Amino acid sequence: MAVAADAAGPAARVRTRITRPMAVAAIVAVWLLLFAALRGRQTLTLAAADLTSLHHWLNDVDDSIGAHRNSNPLFLYFFNEIRLVIDHLVTFVQGLISQPTGGRPVPQIGWLGVVGLTGYAAWALGNGRVALLAVAGFTFFGLQGLWQESMDTLALTLSAVLVALLIGIPIGVWAGLSDRVGGIVTPFLDFMQTLPTFVYLAPLTLFFLIGGASATITTVIYAAPPAIRITAHALRSVPRVSVEAAESMGATRTQQLLKVLLPMSKRTVVMGVNQTIMAALAMVTIAALIDAPGLGKTVVQALQSLDVGTAFNAGLAIVVMAIVLDRVTTAAAARAETARGAGPRPRAWRRPLLAAGAVAAAVLVYLSHTYVWAAEFPGDGATGHHIASAADTVTAWLQDHLSGLTNTVRDVVTDGLLNPFQTLLTDSPWWLVGTVLVALGAVLGGLRAAVTAAVCVGLLVGTGVWSDAMTTLASTAVATALVMLIGVAVGVWMGRSALVDRLVRPTLDAAQVMPPFVYLVPFLALFGATRFTAIVAAVVYAAPVAVKIIADGVRQVPESTVEAATSAGSSTWQIITKVQLPMARGALTLATNQGLIYVLSMVVVGGLVGAGALGYDVVAGFSQGELYGKGLAAGLAIVLLGVMFDRITQAAARRTRA
Amino acid sequence: MAEAQTEEPERRDSPPKPGGPTPVVSVRGLWKVFGPKAERVPGSAELRGLGRRELMERTGCTAAVRDVGFDVSPGEVFVVMGLSGSGKSTLVRCLTRLIEPTAGQVVFEGEDITGADPGRLRELRRSKFSMVFQHFGLLPHRQVLDNVAFGLEIRGMGRAERSRRAMEVVELVGLAGYEHSYPDQLSGGMQQRVGLARALAGDPDVLFFDEPFSALDPLIRRDMQNEVIRLHREVGKTMVFITHDLSEALKLGDRILIMRDGRTVQCGTGDELVGAPADDYVRDFVKDVPRADVLTLRRIMRPATGGDALDGPELGPDVVVREATRAVLAAEKPVRVVEGGHLLGIVGDEEILSVVAGHPGGA
Repeated sequence: MAVAADAAGPAARVRTRITRPMAVAAIVAVWLLLFAALRGRQTLTLAAADLTSLHHWLNDVDDSIGAHRNSNPLFLYFFNEIRLVIDHLVTFVQGLISQPTGGRPVPQIGWLGVVGLTGYAAWALGNGRVALLAVAGFTFFGLQGLWQESMDTLALTLSAVLVALLIGIPIGVWAGLSDRVGGIVTPFLDFMQTLPTFVYLAPLTLFFLIGGASATITTVIYAAPPAIRITAHALRSVPRVSVEAAESMGATRTQQLLKVLLPMSKRTVVMGVNQTIMAALAMVTIAALIDAPGLGKTVVQALQSLDVGTAFNAGLAIVVMAIVLDRVTTAAAARAETARGAGPRPRAWRRPLLAAGAVAAAVLVYLSHTYVWAAEFPGDGATGHHIASAADTVTAWLQDHLSGLTNTVRDVVTDGLLNPFQTLLTDSPWWLVGTVLVALGAVLGGLRAAVTAAVCVGLLVGTGVWSDAMTTLASTAVATALVMLIGVAVGVWMGRSALVDRLVRPTLDAAQVMPPFVYLVPFLALFGATRFTAIVAAVVYAAPVAVKIIADGVRQVPESTVEAATSAGSSTWQIITKVQLPMARGALTLATNQGLIYVLSMVVVGGLVGAGALGYDVVAGFSQGELYGKGLAAGLAIVLLGVMFDRITQAAARRTRA
Repeated sequence: MAEAQTEEPERRDSPPKPGGPTPVVSVRGLWKVFGPKAERVPGSAELRGLGRRELMERTGCTAAVRDVGFDVSPGEVFVVMGLSGSGKSTLVRCLTRLIEPTAGQVVFEGEDITGADPGRLRELRRSKFSMVFQHFGLLPHRQVLDNVAFGLEIRGMGRAERSRRAMEVVELVGLAGYEHSYPDQLSGGMQQRVGLARALAGDPDVLFFDEPFSALDPLIRRDMQNEVIRLHREVGKTMVFITHDLSEALKLGDRILIMRDGRTVQCGTGDELVGAPADDYVRDFVKDVPRADVLTLRRIMRPATGGDALDGPELGPDVVVREATRAVLAAEKPVRVVEGGHLLGIVGDEEILSVVAGHPGGA
């Protein structure tokens, strides 16, 4: 490196380092000047009910697909077939645990059987503690009066996980074995991860209609990438020498795979299953937007009528299910790890015990199949009513007593930060904002980022929702700034203190496990249905990721460097600002990137609680036929924003690392 | 080491002259070049002469093994020694085609395995040779016994039979009582015993060792070296042993091949390397070796002249100096070095002392 950098190198580097912040400042200054002069001109505003020709065209496409669904061969022999197979699977699983089936007024397996089976599976795959947790959690659904909704969510999640693993694990194995396949698959996975989740929803409804089947397909698309990625990673991290040893003994490729690679990557693959399940649960609740049955639907309906109590009750059920599924699969992964260390002795008594447990579970299933008392959860969900009314009471109390505080916070952020910025973005001529974005891309990310930004700006104008996109951009930018503020504060604290890390990290993990809907409920109670509520929910959703990345970045600063700074007499503040944060610059950019993507992926969810703009367009597009095309265009606009910022921040991250 | 005396004439020549025992492994003109269009390098008179850096600049290739050739006789312990980056690990992998050689021949028991198809290669790996790795390469999810039986399992041997055979080998390497442990419950030395047992379980003709003890503590390393010497004495396998440790090479090897930058620098017995280093590189290498432990009387003897008394005690030519010191110094007259009834030369106090006191030897 040192040799390669010729004489011009250091000089050029010094020059760019001085000018980059100055260039940004100059761009912003020019922007403000031109804004003052050109305010309100060529802003491309579009009223909520107005449509552009693109939106009409998309509506027509939707209509024509609807009309030819059963005659076009592509649909007849491809999409419809997929939908049919998935539909059968979902209906079958629903018939088992959640929906009346085959002339029975109740599902095949009643609540007692499901609770028994779940407890048994949790015990057999994990341990006794998680089995208790699973039994308690599932019983709680019944007490909440949400048994059927919970089982619908579970049925959709399980179907999607099954399909995702059937597809994901073989592809992951293939990608892990072959460098070429890995090279092809990885960019796809990267792209799918930067796409905000619900963006799959709208186009998929075009092909698969709304309902359980397309909810499952969406969920599969969302949940399969972690399975693929982690399986491939697991296979690749098997030590080279173990494979070589097997090869040197004359093992065939199949033997190497079955006897070495797969057994040695089992634990990691189980962790991939955990990720898949959590992703599937999160997506199944969001898929309520396209009429997927289950807890998500209860939350969405309650949110739309601002019924905080009901939303909280159902949200709580989602959290409980997330915790149960997460703990059980984590325990299963731990068992995969420890089982071999246990030796032959514990296995001796374990086997008959497992058999006895299986018999007990089978008896419970039989009882719940046969008797009404074991099929339908007794009681009328009184606990759920209590929870809902308690939540309502607390909300009312909070609104009465804290409204001063919460309203102040809300108004300060809204008036002081959000509104001016939003005005700047929406009231500037579109070409001015576009030029500013391209210029910022060029300064921060270089030529390629600028080109990407230019293409994205062009397409954004083409979607016809430019003004809404700018409103969303303002909220996104404010939310990302807040995320980074929290991220740096908490991240540095965690990075510097192992104790704080140990205390905070479980909370972050828990926050990441929760499906995004759930965040909305308490903030809806506190702040009402406003843009600010959506921003707070997005911040809560995105902050854990940023905090973790920054904490890891700070921790990776070499001990010796910090020691050297300390011995030079630096204060704690100096160490943070002059050593740890500059050296963690790569982590800071990465955290910004991830924070942005996470915030963007909450835009539609925020649309449910008054965020307006693109999020509202998408939500309205799902529910109103004439707005379908606009909703699709809005979804595309969110993707474009995501791609643009992802590319700019990634290019900036590469630059800071170089 | 034990049968070194009887095989001496064949072993010290390299390559051996026709008429010796058929070599088990015979390597001719072996090349391994990494990089784009690697196959053109060994064939080109111009490229094959280039040094490491020029070759990289001209072609973007790295030659890890360059035109190496040697023979390994049955029952011999053949050591390949070199510093890291010298190509020794690549060489041993080329011998079993874990890495495909770029050019040259590897003849195993009369069969050129560079042309073997994958099926034949697997057959050879399953039954004819096996390998011990530096980082063990054990399977953490299997007990010791199942690790040892792995090669047999791959061949399709039944469970009962392979367990019985694996148990025998586990006992042979001194791991009885640990057969149901998992690898991560064992110390590094014991893990390598498992690796050794796994290699022996298939009853191969040749064992390849790739720096097997480099990752172990010095004391354990010594134990394991003695273990290899003991096993060699008991089972008499041909062994090809890779190491970067000269004392290990001298301790175990009947013959040693020194590699540098992919080339053979010198190939011979320890006595030859220490007594007649081929160049400054080898000389520098063997500088600190206790010479009395390595040099033989053959190396330090001088021809008998008219003035010498020829009725002193008799010793063989392959006795090392340290073992002969006491006898030579105690004798009144020079010791006669005799092989097969012929007088080869004589060794007096002067020759012995020059070695023991650290001066350059007789050669």
